[in-house]
Amino acid sequence: MSNEVGKITWISGPVVRARGSKNVGMLELVEVGEDRLVGEVIGLKGDQMTVQVYEETAGMQTGAPIYGTGLPLSVELGPGLIQSIYDGVQRPLPLIEEAMGSFINRGARFDSINREKKWKYTPKVKVGDEVKGGVILGVAMETDTFEHRVMLNPDDSGTITWVAAAGEYTVTDPIAKLKMGKEEKTITMLQRWPVRRARPFVNRRGANIPLITGQRILDTFFPVAKGGAAGIPGPFGSGKTVTQHSIAKWADAEVIVYIGCGERGNEMTEVLQEFPHLIDPRSGRPLMERTVLIANTSNMPVAAREASIYTGITIAEYYRDMGYHVALMADSTSRWAEALREVSGRLEEMPAEEGYPAYLAGRLAEFYERAGYVNNLNGSQGSVSIVGAVSPPGGDFSEPVTQHTKRFIRCFWALDKSLASARHFPAINWLDSYSEYLEDVGGWWREQTGKDWLGMRNRAMELLSEESRLSQIVKLVGPDALPFTERMVLETTRLIREGILQQNATEAVDAYSSIEKQIRMLELVLYFHERGMAIVKRGAPINLIHDLPVVDRIIRAKSTVTNEELHKFEEIQKEIDDQMGQLDAEYRS
Amino acid sequence: MSNVTVQGGQEVVGVSRIEGPIMVVEGGTNVSYDEVVEIKDARGNLRRGRVLEVGEGFAVVQVFAGSTGLSIDGTSVRFLGTTLHIPVAEEMLGRIFDGLGTPIDGGPEPLTDRYADVNGQPINPTARIYPRDYIQTGISTIDGVNTLLRGQKLPLFSGAGMPHDQLAAQIVRQATLGKEAGAPQTEGEEFAIVFAAMGVKNDVADYFRRSFTESGALTRVAMFLNLADDPPVERVVTPRAALTLAEYLAYERDMHVLVVLTDMTNYGEALRQISNVRGEVPSRKGYPGYLYSDLASLYERTGRIRTSKGSITQIPILTMPNDDITHPMPDLTGYITEGQIVLGRELNFAGVYPPVAVLPSLSRLMKDGIGKGRTRDDHPRWGAQLYAGYAKTQDVRALASVIGEEELSEVDQKYLKFGRAFEREFVNQSFTENRTIERTLEIGWKLLSMLPKSELTRVNLDEIEKYYKGDDATN
Repeated sequence: MSNEVGKITWISGPVVRARGSKNVGMLELVEVGEDRLVGEVIGLKGDQMTVQVYEETAGMQTGAPIYGTGLPLSVELGPGLIQSIYDGVQRPLPLIEEAMGSFINRGARFDSINREKKWKYTPKVKVGDEVKGGVILGVAMETDTFEHRVMLNPDDSGTITWVAAAGEYTVTDPIAKLKMGKEEKTITMLQRWPVRRARPFVNRRGANIPLITGQRILDTFFPVAKGGAAGIPGPFGSGKTVTQHSIAKWADAEVIVYIGCGERGNEMTEVLQEFPHLIDPRSGRPLMERTVLIANTSNMPVAAREASIYTGITIAEYYRDMGYHVALMADSTSRWAEALREVSGRLEEMPAEEGYPAYLAGRLAEFYERAGYVNNLNGSQGSVSIVGAVSPPGGDFSEPVTQHTKRFIRCFWALDKSLASARHFPAINWLDSYSEYLEDVGGWWREQTGKDWLGMRNRAMELLSEESRLSQIVKLVGPDALPFTERMVLETTRLIREGILQQNATEAVDAYSSIEKQIRMLELVLYFHERGMAIVKRGAPINLIHDLPVVDRIIRAKSTVTNEELHKFEEIQKEIDDQMGQLDAEYRS
Repeated sequence: MSNVTVQGGQEVVGVSRIEGPIMVVEGGTNVSYDEVVEIKDARGNLRRGRVLEVGEGFAVVQVFAGSTGLSIDGTSVRFLGTTLHIPVAEEMLGRIFDGLGTPIDGGPEPLTDRYADVNGQPINPTARIYPRDYIQTGISTIDGVNTLLRGQKLPLFSGAGMPHDQLAAQIVRQATLGKEAGAPQTEGEEFAIVFAAMGVKNDVADYFRRSFTESGALTRVAMFLNLADDPPVERVVTPRAALTLAEYLAYERDMHVLVVLTDMTNYGEALRQISNVRGEVPSRKGYPGYLYSDLASLYERTGRIRTSKGSITQIPILTMPNDDITHPMPDLTGYITEGQIVLGRELNFAGVYPPVAVLPSLSRLMKDGIGKGRTRDDHPRWGAQLYAGYAKTQDVRALASVIGEEELSEVDQKYLKFGRAFEREFVNQSFTENRTIERTLEIGWKLLSMLPKSELTRVNLDEIEKYYKGDDATN
């Protein structure tokens, strides 16, 4: 399968140069050295090739051979992806552990998808059917409840000449035969797809359904649509990873692809150990049964970090093609950009901003454009939503990765160090963040809840920006200088901040808020505001409102009222009526 | 560079260029990337180096001891055919080594046939055990609000002139495996300590040595010293040598190892120096673009694995140039480590020890090591409440500095008092004071009781009922 195509002439870290055949293709997968380390051709000049190596190159010598494979860097797709944990080039980490122990050694090569495991398969086509690329040939049960739809490779089409009977098959057993022109091709459940090529679809449809995450500041204030792209930039310690984990746990997607790209080993272990024990509130199954993990931690080879993003998005697109909603988390895209910079530096390319290569923006655009809510080749609809974490140096959002990312996303969740320092979590700054999906998803909220979500949300945002203006004044002259009506705004925004925006990911009741709970909370706070404002305008002193017992009830509602006991909000509303009513009566005369 | 043993390998005479600690050698064949070399100068003295880049017929070599005295003609280079390895053994505890792992305490070479590659190998994330056992350090600002767990990497961000060395010494002296509040205190398991000094003054190394001696820990400590007047290039290897020993002790000998690395800023500078000489494209402040990956290759050598009972906990110390937390060294460190303990200049001026600036400090793993069955049920919310209260104090202080304390509302005045007491009673403790977790929680509740109940929205009502001791009349 592989033949020698050259000999190494130069080595520097993950970048190797070799001289040899001119038949090697750009982005071809090659095997480097006697250990046959995985690499990819990233430059060609005459008989010279430049290769980035996905494994540690220490100990490699000049003169060692390079073998070509004739194939681009690809991933294996088929049943068995779900519940897997891979490194950046789709090698299964549990198998590496079994073979090599606790540390990752070089030259490990395993099938990405288990070849022995049998899947319960039911065909959906019959002999004589004319089929086109992407069509669903049959279904295999990937977990007890998850239906893996086996599709024809998008590049193939023809007439079915043979179909396997329903039964149990491995991914390499033939499940159908296809006549393409004169050739007959045997189809298995396993297919390969080059990671740098987006999987095709018919066309994009509007992204007007929100990806519900159960996180109030996201769903209620800055929603991302299914098929949309969002960025979470923030300095270290501001909660990027906790937010990403919360979304991975609670987002209403059918498949989650989580890419730990150049981040901490312990974080991936946390996901691995926690997800099998957490139950998906919608399916009632362990969260791991909808999750694919890609772990290329910060101490693993840097070139594989660059590949990990593509490995992840290709897997996400594959499930989208089956008609599923997929959410992809990339933590962190900055580490990926740094990997680009490191390889670019070793190639001695002319740097653009801060040492990053000039093609940084192009690569980011390519990645985020692979998000989308689309009509698939087989007529189904599916989406890939991308949530990318960004780690700006020094928390400075003007750096190139954050700035370029902002151009290609429509939803920006800005994390704020000072909120994190005050333990206000999620530390998403409501004044710096934005979502361009608000209008798009407004209709959905009305259908689902029958309420004017957008109106209420905008009213709350208005109060919050008013608060920001008022707090400038308070900083200069103290709160006593403000009229009571303005202090009423401050009372309400405290409720919004502490009662709605703050959310404790580690507390069972608070970790996930249903959209009904979210909208009821918002409604309640705004109701409180209106009643309070009316009374204050009649001259009641603000401290009477501040001291009402119901204030504490409202702030604690997030952790005392579960998603199933929404009727309790009526009780709280009644308390507002009672307590405000009393004040109202006193100051009516 | 004494007693370096000559090993086999090809010898090449043909140095073509020497620039700073970097040397280009021509004429070698089959040179491996990252290979160790032995360099013999005109007088026959030996020093070691490492291959940074290989091309056809040439190799770029980094000379650990620096290139002083090397000449183009008289120098020969022997390629040893392997990457840099150091001997590892349990008996290395109690000994002192130079930055490359050679003994400098007058004793013999460690007696072992076990040699390990200083670069280590990445731990497979599936082989890790997620850290859950907390370490009681006896320091309230750590145990209470920034809990350290076994297998965590938690750096001290400090500045010149601040007592980071004392704090690190106190942590090392007092650290034991934490118990649940109320559980009887038993003699905790002792930590083995691996200490790596990079470019620090002799006084600092001596301070640690004395501190280890006084606490009787010296037999459990292995010290790797690359002091301020030692060759800077060796600094790049020093933490790797130390961590290689730590990995051996933790993962092969089942010991709990505490690694102290000081000062990481000097390490970063050594890395920058080498990068500059090689003419690499710099990123921020002249540091190489791979600084993050390089630091990660050190910090990620922390944790617990399933096949061993041992653990590695890292406490890197880092002085922030000009106290700037956005400088690339603290910045990239913070992105890799699991939190940070930040020392504050103002608290230090105010005479508070340890001057831990609580607000920017953080322990990411804390949530998994505290609470019911680990410390005490109320601990997580209690911690969040203290943080929130102290953060609010900062706002109130800013306001008070404009309008004066007398103009503050009653509640704000209480915050001011709370803030002062927090710094004096909670943060402040003596260098020898070893507080139990119960004591730390008790002090915290005493402070929270200075605030009205209505301000305590992070703790729940049962906890207020149980622990609140204030005479709050508002509720």
